[in-house]
Amino acid sequence: MTLDEIKQDQECEVVDINSEGMIGQRLLDMGFIPGTRIKVVRNAPLVDPVEFLMKGYHISLRHSEAKLVEVTLL
Amino acid sequence: MSDESAKIIVALAGQPNSGKSTIFNMLTGARQHVANYPGVTVEKKTGSFRIKEDRIEIIDLPGTHSLTSYTQEERIARDFLLNERPAVVVDVVDASNLERNLYLTFQLAEMGIPLIVNLNMTDVAEKRGLKIDSEKLSREIGAPVISTVGNRGRGKDELKKAIRMVSKKGQVTPFRIDYGEAMETVLSLLEKRLLEVPEISEHYPLRWLAIKLMENDPEAKKLIRECSRNGDKLLKLVEEERNAFVSDQKSSSQKVIAVARHRRAEGIVKTSVTCKKKTGKTLTDKIDQVACSRYFGPVILAAIIYLMYELAIVQGYKITEYTWPLLAGFRDVIASFLPSEGFIFDPFFRSMPIWVVDGTIAVLNYVPIFLILFALIAILEDTGYMARMAFILDRVFRHFGLHGQSILPMVLGGLFVGGCAIPGVMACRAMKDEKARMATIMIVPLMNCLAKIPFYVLLIGIFFADCKGAAMFFISTITIIIALGVAKGLSLTVLRSRPGAPFVMEMPPYHMPTLQGVLRRSLERTWLFIKKIITIVIVVSAIVYLLIYFPGISEKRNAYYSDLADQIQKEFFKETGANNPYADLLAGDNLPKFAGYWMDYKKAKMGAGKKEAIDKKFRERNFVFFKIVKKGKYEVDGEIIKDKHAMKTYKVYKKLDKERNGLRRERREETIISSFMGRAGRFLEPVTRWAGFNWRVNIALLSSFAAKENSVATLGGIYQSSQEDKEETLEQRIKKKETSWTALHALAIVLFMAMYPPCIATLLMVRVETGSTKWMLFAAFYPIVLGFIISIFVFTGGNLLGLSGLQVMILFYLLAIVFLVSMGLIKRESE
Repeated sequence: MTLDEIKQDQECEVVDINSEGMIGQRLLDMGFIPGTRIKVVRNAPLVDPVEFLMKGYHISLRHSEAKLVEVTLL
Repeated sequence: MSDESAKIIVALAGQPNSGKSTIFNMLTGARQHVANYPGVTVEKKTGSFRIKEDRIEIIDLPGTHSLTSYTQEERIARDFLLNERPAVVVDVVDASNLERNLYLTFQLAEMGIPLIVNLNMTDVAEKRGLKIDSEKLSREIGAPVISTVGNRGRGKDELKKAIRMVSKKGQVTPFRIDYGEAMETVLSLLEKRLLEVPEISEHYPLRWLAIKLMENDPEAKKLIRECSRNGDKLLKLVEEERNAFVSDQKSSSQKVIAVARHRRAEGIVKTSVTCKKKTGKTLTDKIDQVACSRYFGPVILAAIIYLMYELAIVQGYKITEYTWPLLAGFRDVIASFLPSEGFIFDPFFRSMPIWVVDGTIAVLNYVPIFLILFALIAILEDTGYMARMAFILDRVFRHFGLHGQSILPMVLGGLFVGGCAIPGVMACRAMKDEKARMATIMIVPLMNCLAKIPFYVLLIGIFFADCKGAAMFFISTITIIIALGVAKGLSLTVLRSRPGAPFVMEMPPYHMPTLQGVLRRSLERTWLFIKKIITIVIVVSAIVYLLIYFPGISEKRNAYYSDLADQIQKEFFKETGANNPYADLLAGDNLPKFAGYWMDYKKAKMGAGKKEAIDKKFRERNFVFFKIVKKGKYEVDGEIIKDKHAMKTYKVYKKLDKERNGLRRERREETIISSFMGRAGRFLEPVTRWAGFNWRVNIALLSSFAAKENSVATLGGIYQSSQEDKEETLEQRIKKKETSWTALHALAIVLFMAMYPPCIATLLMVRVETGSTKWMLFAAFYPIVLGFIISIFVFTGGNLLGLSGLQVMILFYLLAIVFLVSMGLIKRESE
């Protein structure tokens, strides 16, 4: 499954990034690498974007970017 | 100079939100200089300090998470380090977020520049129960580690000493990350190949370049192509090696490199950081639970935006009421150095400079608003709320090719009737998404800036008097609707090829801004604005003056006005009477001089000064004139004197003054009509008629181009009453002269004004922020075309259907909403 499917307060672990080039590099730089644990903190008031907690800091992605991150639910 | 030779260049790098700017301020104090990096809009801050005999110059690099070449900030930071080779790079690291920050640290270290790791915000880390062993950390990275608390100045001297020491000694141990056997084999092969090219090996760190090539970094590839004749061959080898690596390892090289860095960071954190307590909910979490929640989030956001608008635009505007007299005083000082006014004809070297000064102080008048606005923006940025704004609003805006961050520029530009496009365009700087940033810059001028308001108020007052509120609501919302549609249109067409940025946004912990930091930023940005804008505003307003007043009226007409002037003057002397001593005192050159005195006195009395003081000043300036303006009642040696002759002169002159003003206005009107601008206005009438504009309106609209404040003033100039009846308002005068006008005319004009092209100052800002003259011209012309089409649509369409102004207003509004919704439904390409 992909990161955009994870519900609020659920936790998951990154399996892979399905993107190269600019978006892929940016996600890698921010720490979306296999094994990273991610918790869904909340959705924005209009559902998108989504706020995540990982490696002790908060980051938000749009669903379209979160879709590129393959995860497994913990 | 020996001073120059001892200058040591130091770069300050770090991730966003690491407190880099507080470190920069801590090190350099007031000795700072802000400019832009050449050709781009990113701020370049330099500062300096002295330690012993050395002068250290610090360059504050843009905050970046990494050093790829995908964003402008990253390219700038990287190019600076590569090409300027600073003696030391200080990496500011957020101690409470060490692991993520180390990712950048490694990349800096790989560039082979002597490195200092500055562990900042150690107080926050301690509060979270983190204990960092800086000695261990230093050993791991092979660079000195200095702890600081930037906003309290803690660790300042240690950091300065370390900078000096490292700049003398250089790096002790080179740092390297082990990227795994397969990758290392390729890297050393590439390094060997690069070493064979002297143009590269003499200037660039080879291992770093090899890594970048394996990351498939576009700028690194460009560098190879530019430096080496065999670049293409080399790149082909890289390509082969990378492909081989990918098929061998079943993973992209980018990924392998990033993973290795993150793993190393994890490892370092494991050995050098101990976490004493499990962190519960932080304050930031608690705030965000409300501030980003489904229902309270938007409410709080609206309240904060409203507060900003209220403080900066409304209250700031009130402050300008106090600062305006200062500017007007400055204008009077300048005027006093110029040749004096004639009776009917003012010398060119008086009227032109005064026009230019007026245009300049009209822009300077907004400085208080800018100061408040920039301070508020700095607070939003420093607290971290800016990211929340984008988070909450992104969904709405991205449907129209914009970004959550577009909200702030739009509010500043006048989302709720009354703003200023200049700070609006400047605020776009913070946006990372290039496509959305350009679209935002282009639509900010469509918002309703303060200068458009008097024009609306004037026309609504005349033609929509029964429904002023509804008409105002129409204007303020129709502009948003059109602007969003335009943004979408632009992003689907001219901006299509612009790079968008993925929405990957850090939500930093909330943070208390420091007063000093906020003030400094506000002053800096205001000053930058003044420096950039003022000279050009002066030049352009001089050109507009020439267009409005030249080629001037014919000799014959001039003679006509001279004759009339002579006549009314003769009349004046006849009426004062031969036995009146004041008649002689006002003869010849003295009459124009008195006219100036009369006007100054009237102006002074209208001002805020004390009556006695004004009288004293004018009495000293010219006692004879004083007697007249006081209607013959004045004091000599403590005795009140009633001077019949002076009283009579006063009465007769008052009449003359009215006639004189009437003549001057009449002549000015004729001059404007026959000027280049006036001719253009007439020339355009056959076309603009379809939009309901006659030549008078054309002139007013054309002259507004220098600054929209002019629109009402020019209308005032064109629609003058023939006698000097001040009681007749401009509204009444327009009504009288344009009897055939309907609300439909007014609606078409108002809509054109709503779409009016940005003022010169805004256009210059667009030029600065887009870095392109082409875009500036585009920003100037598309609103004209758009506004004209809308006006024709409304006016001609309304006429054909036989609808009233109000009906067309409602119909147009509904059509615009339908249009907007259908625009919003067009999918973005990436989806």
